[in-house]
Amino acid sequence: MSHTVSRARMTGIGRVLVIVYAVMALASTGRSFVQILRRFDEAPLAYSLSALAAAVYILATLALVLAHRRGWYTVAWVAIAFELTGVIVVGALSLLTPVLFGHDSVWSYFGMGYLFIPLVLPVFGLWWLRTHRPQGESA
Amino acid sequence: MILWFTITQIAVACAAGLFCIVAGLAGRRPSDWTVGSLLLVELLLIAQVIVAIIAPLAGNPPTGDLLEFWVYLVSAVLLPIGGTAWALLDRTRWSTVILGVIGLSLAIMLWRMQAIWTLQVA
Repeated sequence: MSHTVSRARMTGIGRVLVIVYAVMALASTGRSFVQILRRFDEAPLAYSLSALAAAVYILATLALVLAHRRGWYTVAWVAIAFELTGVIVVGALSLLTPVLFGHDSVWSYFGMGYLFIPLVLPVFGLWWLRTHRPQGESA
Repeated sequence: MILWFTITQIAVACAAGLFCIVAGLAGRRPSDWTVGSLLLVELLLIAQVIVAIIAPLAGNPPTGDLLEFWVYLVSAVLLPIGGTAWALLDRTRWSTVILGVIGLSLAIMLWRMQAIWTLQVA
């Protein structure tokens, strides 16, 4: 149960992943803050989801940093899987029912407004988590 | 905002971003050059803050939402500070890549700020 290996886990490209997550968290939090303050009544559902997405990005960023602990590793999985589901479901809904979901948010139109980073990032995040299990869980 | 100043800044941010990503992928640790390139972008951002305060008073008001603009600008000003702190704490090649990612994010955010200022109708 040595922690030397696990502490070295947040190295390499994983750190870039965390920073991209942090930037996305900042961007989506800022945007949903403005949306809710300025025009919440235009699309309450879409903007609530926008805020939820922002919260999940913050959680995912935190969980990735702490992913070497087993509890947080699970949180990271759940948060990132939730994000992937969110971007696919809301992305599809924004095309099918633009009245309800066709408003700017990280997830609408599969994250087009963010260069599709919201679509690609969770896939990358899940891959990273798979290849970086906490010591002692699966080994 | 002032269009030519924003375009210059976007060009600098893109150049700094690409430079840091290439340097990082080539295995360089954060250096005076890579950190310095991001600090140059930061200086321009601080200039942009001053411009954003003075411009509305000097007959150049934004057409878009000023609140949304400031959320972007404040976030943008904070990003290089965070990235540089990270680079000083963690002196590996990946920190250089991170500086680059931040540079490119800033370019996108600046573009968005210009759009809010001139194109968006609040």
